[in-house]
Amino acid sequence: MSDKAHAQSGVRYGMAIDLDKCTGCMACSVACQAENNISFRPDESNKLRSITWMEVYLLDNKKDYPDYQFTYLPRPCMHCDAPHHSPCTFVCPVNATTRDEHNGIVTHIYPRCIGCRYCIVACPYHARDFNWWDPKWPKSMEAMLSPEVSPRMRGVVEKCTFCHHRMLKARSKAYNEGSDPDQITYVPACAEACPTGAIKFGNLHDPQSEVAKLAKDPRAFRILAKLHTEPKVFYLSKYQWVHKLSDNGLGEAAH
Amino acid sequence: MDKALIPDGLKRCPLPVFSLWLLVLLGIIGWGVYAGVVVLLDALNVTGLNDYFGFGFYITIDLAIIALGAGAFFSGFLYYGLSRYFPALKELHKIINLAVIVGFVCYTGALAVLLLEIGQPLRGWFGYWHANVHSMLTEVIFCISCYAIVLVIEYVPIILENRKLDAIKPLHVFGHTLHELMAIFALTGTFLSFFHQGSLGGVAGVLFARPFAYRTGFFVWPWTFFLFILSAIASGPAFTALICRAIEKVTRKKLVDDSVYELIAKIVGRLLLVYIVLKIADTLYWALVLAPEFGLKLTDFYRAPYGMWLLVTEILICGVIPAIVLNVPGARKSSTILFLAFFMDCAGIVINRFVMTIQALATPVMPFDRWEVYVPTMYEWAPGIAMLAYCALVISLSYRYLPVFPREKELNP
Repeated sequence: MSDKAHAQSGVRYGMAIDLDKCTGCMACSVACQAENNISFRPDESNKLRSITWMEVYLLDNKKDYPDYQFTYLPRPCMHCDAPHHSPCTFVCPVNATTRDEHNGIVTHIYPRCIGCRYCIVACPYHARDFNWWDPKWPKSMEAMLSPEVSPRMRGVVEKCTFCHHRMLKARSKAYNEGSDPDQITYVPACAEACPTGAIKFGNLHDPQSEVAKLAKDPRAFRILAKLHTEPKVFYLSKYQWVHKLSDNGLGEAAH
Repeated sequence: MDKALIPDGLKRCPLPVFSLWLLVLLGIIGWGVYAGVVVLLDALNVTGLNDYFGFGFYITIDLAIIALGAGAFFSGFLYYGLSRYFPALKELHKIINLAVIVGFVCYTGALAVLLLEIGQPLRGWFGYWHANVHSMLTEVIFCISCYAIVLVIEYVPIILENRKLDAIKPLHVFGHTLHELMAIFALTGTFLSFFHQGSLGGVAGVLFARPFAYRTGFFVWPWTFFLFILSAIASGPAFTALICRAIEKVTRKKLVDDSVYELIAKIVGRLLLVYIVLKIADTLYWALVLAPEFGLKLTDFYRAPYGMWLLVTEILICGVIPAIVLNVPGARKSSTILFLAFFMDCAGIVINRFVMTIQALATPVMPFDRWEVYVPTMYEWAPGIAMLAYCALVISLSYRYLPVFPREKELNP
């Protein structure tokens, strides 16, 4: 594979999640579920088939009391910024999943997806879910579905989009107001819902943005940095065991 | 009853016996078709697949059967392409028809199973319409479907050799003309096959975020690309020989000269030796250089039921041993040892395809991931077994009604 990178614009949306602030309340996951019309089934006990764009992991340091420590780790799609392509995008045989080089968001075109699941196989973060059943909601919930996000049909893959429908709305608003659409800021549903402000979102290429500053924080790290997937989701933790657990025991800093 | 259709001067089992055999095969095929229809109507939730194991039994059996079906293109390449420079290869003429038929059933069967594998089968044609040139799967889709067409073209003249069909003059002329052009199709098939066998290896090898599967390589092709080609040509002719021997055992007839098996053993033995040396080198580089770069050790990749026994069985037992056996003239002389070596060769390649598909996914990548185990359901087994029954059905019909083996009459006076 070529190492030649695509030309990037001045916008690179990314996320920083402060694990020291995360209480594991799952509000981010629920908000994501509601915002993005994620379907569910009466029995969701099989977690290998449930669709969760924002998965929340429980990690611990494998020690006994009184040294026992734990943390929650919310995991959206990492929107990997590897130079050539994201791990999932270049494998798709039908160009159904692509990275928008204008903003770095990895998107998925549902009506084009053939459901081969090659992208699921390629993603080391398990950020992609397959629709094993027809999407259904209880009758009473249908009126609550968001008109801004298309529901996905059976047999296709779906994933976190960094709520890019919110970005499109913000860009349209900026355009109509005569301002620069590339200067817009927006907040995905998960960041908006987080009660402790653990999730920050913004333009990583803007040195003044909070997310760019957090990405350079000494507490910052990325999951599986050794694989050179260049995830755009940064985590923050003051605990070294959390850092080490992010990258197969090596715990190398993300930058 | 069907004597008029049986090749002139050749003996076949009584029609009722043959019909009973066909009924058994059709029963199995019916079971597989039922399972396939359920998958298409009720979706893939009836399978054992999940978001951890995006690929499973369907992909494994497809990769395996396509590798074993490589006997068609490689025998064609040796016979039509190289035999003018190496006259000894002309011996393959005695088995080339069977190689084509085996290739035909393997590829058409694999395509049918592939239809079940995708979540949106009605969008299967998007692979041509929205083709992503960076995807190994695109190369696979194009080359396999093109090569399946080539195999149909190669199979048609064999069908037209049926006594009744051959008596129809336009069909005779058409079949004869196709025969004349066969070298072109064989070499086209060779070109396509080298690419798609390699691309199937590339499907795993390019996954740079999956340390079990990922390999460095040459230009855009990971080393698995070349290893898959080599392993396919080192096992495909052996599989053809095994099928031929199975037909001989069932029919209690000699269908090809022993010299054909000897020649295949020599070819396969040398290729397998080259393959296994490169495979060991690849494994060592992966275990000692690549995996540590990702923070992993070789032992991190193996855990029951996907234990180290898979690596030992694939490389040592089903790789090194048959490679040695097939390169020792004395060992090749024993029919039992020869066919056991062919079988081990084929088994090793099937294990390789399993490992590169399922074990590659079972191994956790994130340190806080858990090992998962994949268990296919009846809806995966049934279409797979039915595909094998379909292969047996077409081979049985071809053997009964077509002059597949040019030396059959002389060898069974």
